[in-house]
Amino acid sequence: MTVNHQPTSAEPITGRDAGPGTVLIVEDESNILEALTFILSRAGWDVRGHGKGDTALAEVARVRPDILVLDVMLPGQSGFDILRALRAEPATRNLPVVMLTAKGQAQDRDHAMGLGASAFLTKPFSNDELVAVIKDLAPALTDRPAAAGQG
Amino acid sequence: MLSFNSLVSICILYVLVLFAVAFWAERSAKAGRVRWLNSPITYTLSLSIYATAWTFYGAVGSAARSGLEYLTIYLGPTLVFIGWFWLLRKMVRIGRAQRVTSIADMISSRYGKSGGLAVLVTLLAVLGTTPYIALQLQSVTLSFSVFTNAGTGAGTPNTAIWIAVGLALFTIIFGTRSLDLNERHPGLVSAIAAEAVVKLAAIVAVGVFVVWGVADGPSDMLARIEASPVADTPLNGARWLGLTALAGAAILCLPRMFQVLVVENSDERHLATAGWAFPLYLLLISLFVVPIAVAGMSLPGTGDNPDLYVLTVPLSLGQDALALLVFLGGFSAATSMVIVAALALSTMVSNHVIVPLWLRSSQDGVVLSQDMRKVALTARRVSIAAILFLGWVYYRLSGGTAALASIGLISFLGVSQILPALVGGILWRGATRLGAALGIGAGFLIWAWLLLLPNIAETGGLMPDVLAEGPWGIGWLAPDSPLGLQASDPLLTAMVLSLGANTALFILGSLFSFPSPLERLQGAQFVNVFDHSRAVKGWTGAAGAADDLRIMAQRIMGDDRAIALFRNAAREQGRDGELPEPTPDFLDHLERELAGSVGAATAHAMVAQITGAASVGVGDLLAVADETAQIMEYSSQLEAKSEELAQTAGRLREVNAKLTELSVQKDAFLSQISHELRTPMTSIRSFSEILMQADKVDDAARTRFSRIIHDESLRLTRLLDDLLDLSVLENGRVTLNMSEAQLGDVLDRAIHAAGAEAGDGITLVRDRAREAVALWTDPDRLAQVFINLISNARKYCDAAVPELVISVVDTRQGLEIEFADNGSGIPTRQEALIFEKFARLDTARGAPGAGLGLAISREIMARLDGDLVFVPGQGGATFRVRLPARALKAA
Repeated sequence: MTVNHQPTSAEPITGRDAGPGTVLIVEDESNILEALTFILSRAGWDVRGHGKGDTALAEVARVRPDILVLDVMLPGQSGFDILRALRAEPATRNLPVVMLTAKGQAQDRDHAMGLGASAFLTKPFSNDELVAVIKDLAPALTDRPAAAGQG
Repeated sequence: MLSFNSLVSICILYVLVLFAVAFWAERSAKAGRVRWLNSPITYTLSLSIYATAWTFYGAVGSAARSGLEYLTIYLGPTLVFIGWFWLLRKMVRIGRAQRVTSIADMISSRYGKSGGLAVLVTLLAVLGTTPYIALQLQSVTLSFSVFTNAGTGAGTPNTAIWIAVGLALFTIIFGTRSLDLNERHPGLVSAIAAEAVVKLAAIVAVGVFVVWGVADGPSDMLARIEASPVADTPLNGARWLGLTALAGAAILCLPRMFQVLVVENSDERHLATAGWAFPLYLLLISLFVVPIAVAGMSLPGTGDNPDLYVLTVPLSLGQDALALLVFLGGFSAATSMVIVAALALSTMVSNHVIVPLWLRSSQDGVVLSQDMRKVALTARRVSIAAILFLGWVYYRLSGGTAALASIGLISFLGVSQILPALVGGILWRGATRLGAALGIGAGFLIWAWLLLLPNIAETGGLMPDVLAEGPWGIGWLAPDSPLGLQASDPLLTAMVLSLGANTALFILGSLFSFPSPLERLQGAQFVNVFDHSRAVKGWTGAAGAADDLRIMAQRIMGDDRAIALFRNAAREQGRDGELPEPTPDFLDHLERELAGSVGAATAHAMVAQITGAASVGVGDLLAVADETAQIMEYSSQLEAKSEELAQTAGRLREVNAKLTELSVQKDAFLSQISHELRTPMTSIRSFSEILMQADKVDDAARTRFSRIIHDESLRLTRLLDDLLDLSVLENGRVTLNMSEAQLGDVLDRAIHAAGAEAGDGITLVRDRAREAVALWTDPDRLAQVFINLISNARKYCDAAVPELVISVVDTRQGLEIEFADNGSGIPTRQEALIFEKFARLDTARGAPGAGLGLAISREIMARLDGDLVFVPGQGGATFRVRLPARALKAA
């Protein structure tokens, strides 16, 4: 697990009933997508799933998620390309992105972090690990006007 | 008996005849009437200067004293002319190609135009020849005295000086007339040839007189010889061998022999005639030696000097006319030798000693060629006079003692010191200047110390203690017993020591030194002279220049181009088939052509040198041309080499790229396997963790998650099976279970296994009649291929009503089974990828399978000696399985 630490606040994480926000998962393996959706939904997130690379950016623009979980090996467009496009766009420059990869090679991680990924998980990972990473990135949500209103 | 005065008159008359012959020959040569002059007989006769007065008179003396030993002097040259003819021919060719003017020039030229070597050889030649000239003067004087005073010798001291003066004049007139230093001397050679006839006629006449006049024919003569002391003289094998070798060496190295053999040679073909004619001449001149000696010993009134028997035998029998002929014969032998020797030596002395010294001392380094020639000619004339004067002085000092007689062989050994460097230089490219200098120098010193100095000392009665006990009492240096050897034969001892040391130092010096570029060039020119020179045929005038131009052009432009150029030029001049005249137009044209190869300045210089006034020899230019050709060849070899290197480097780069690619492929493969394994494991792990927290999952979800875990486990197992399968197939370690099977049955099995039989999703179109083929194959493996193809069609065929047509075609090459679906097919850009491992196409995402199916199927078909190919351009995806003909069982 690797986490790019955003400026953190001492503010405690909001309760799971309150719902921390929206997570968009872009993953082409339907079984994995189903598992992640189940886990994060149970953790209180509003989870959206998407199975293709080439339409992922449009989906981000449409859903406007608080956190993006992004697989690297995607049909149509790779996760790296999507991340690069997100970081080039002012609206999504600070969107927390958790990258997932099954290749497990060090250079993939370096590549992802270099492109500005917030965290990087190598498959297979434990559910707790994923939840912890997402939680870790959650305080950043307080910067968002909508989230601030909730806090 | 003739009076002194009448004898002198006859001599003068004879000399006048010789002058006339020489003048006539020169005039004829100038007028171009050279037929007689330019004959091989003249050439052969001129070679007879080898037989000097020393042999003319001395052979009979030697026979009287030492039996048949005199024959060695004739045997050596005969063997050389017959056995070493190729060497003579090479020498003559080199002499012509290099425009060699003397033996010293030959040696110097071979070893990089070394001035030092030339001086050394010149010195050796002068020291060896001067006593020899004295010997000739002595024999003429002696023969004079026999005729006039019957051996008293009184009143003749001035004879020698007059003879010397006369000979000097003759040599100067006919030897240094020409302004061209390289030109031959037709007049002089003709006179010598005439003298050779007189010489031979005289001795044969005496011989005939002795055999048929004194004895009663050949049989009586043989009986007399049998009874004479000559027959009892034992043969000394070592001395015979040594003297024969010495005489053979001398004919190659004597300056006068080199002059007539090489320098005066006008046509290489003459040498072929001389090859048999010269030995024949020697045979004739030696034929009557023993009879004359036997007659001399048995007849009364022949005197006590056997060297004069030739003269005293006819005199004692009152044959004055015959005696006069003999006198003229001896006179001829002496004068011809002296003339040619003086000419040869003067050429060396002036070219290698006087002119270089004059050049060095002249204030302004620039020398006009006209001045140069004047100096050279003057130097030659002075040299001739000086050499004859020296010979006369030596004669006077020695006082005509008997010791002088031995100078002949000593002289032979002296000049023989040139032999190793001469023969080595012609045959061995590795011979160097240092080797030649060391060899000649050492041989020269040993010879001078062991033979020349003792001879002079003995003649003058000097230093007897040094001769016997060595200088400063150093015993091993004593000439009488060198190295402590009590030499029974000083000549043989000196010969072995001097030539042995000479040859050894020559070889060692050459091996341990590196030749300069010029030496290397000249070495190649000498050793390979037949490769880049032509035989000289006859005297050529203007055509000579054209011929030289052609040779030079050939060397620079290559044979074909040069010959074509000259042929065209000749045709334009209306001289089809001949060489073109060197007209200004032609020369301009040639110069431009040459400039393309060697640059304008060089081309101009070359053409000018050959056609115009030249201070540089044609040989030098040709050497430059040869060098250029060699360099060009060398550079083209280098080019070929570097091309070869580039190719090797290119191949290395290819292999390297391949290796890198393989490494990249391996990494990609591992990465792919990682991905394919981790993906199902992710699902399994996630869902199993969810299930572990059983309280939070309802029953429906639990069942669903369990099934996913189960399916993903199967997926993992399948993947591992595929990987193992592929690995086994790729390594060739697969065991095939060959058996007989019906194609239709195998297809049935495959369709069943692929779950396609129930028309589930895809319609199969088959031709069962054609499927009724008996196969000899591995049915399980073949079914595996079919399953893969059918599954792929099921998975990827995107037609609204998917259909898979399975057709069977029996071809000469074997059985072809085609699987064609009606989907959108495979994008062209991805056709090349489909057989790669994990090559799931973009459009196939989400479909089960690891992407190893086609790779495995192709490997299986390769093991079954068939193949599996994608058939492009069929609309849908079409794959063709081909089985080899021998898989078909005869039905």
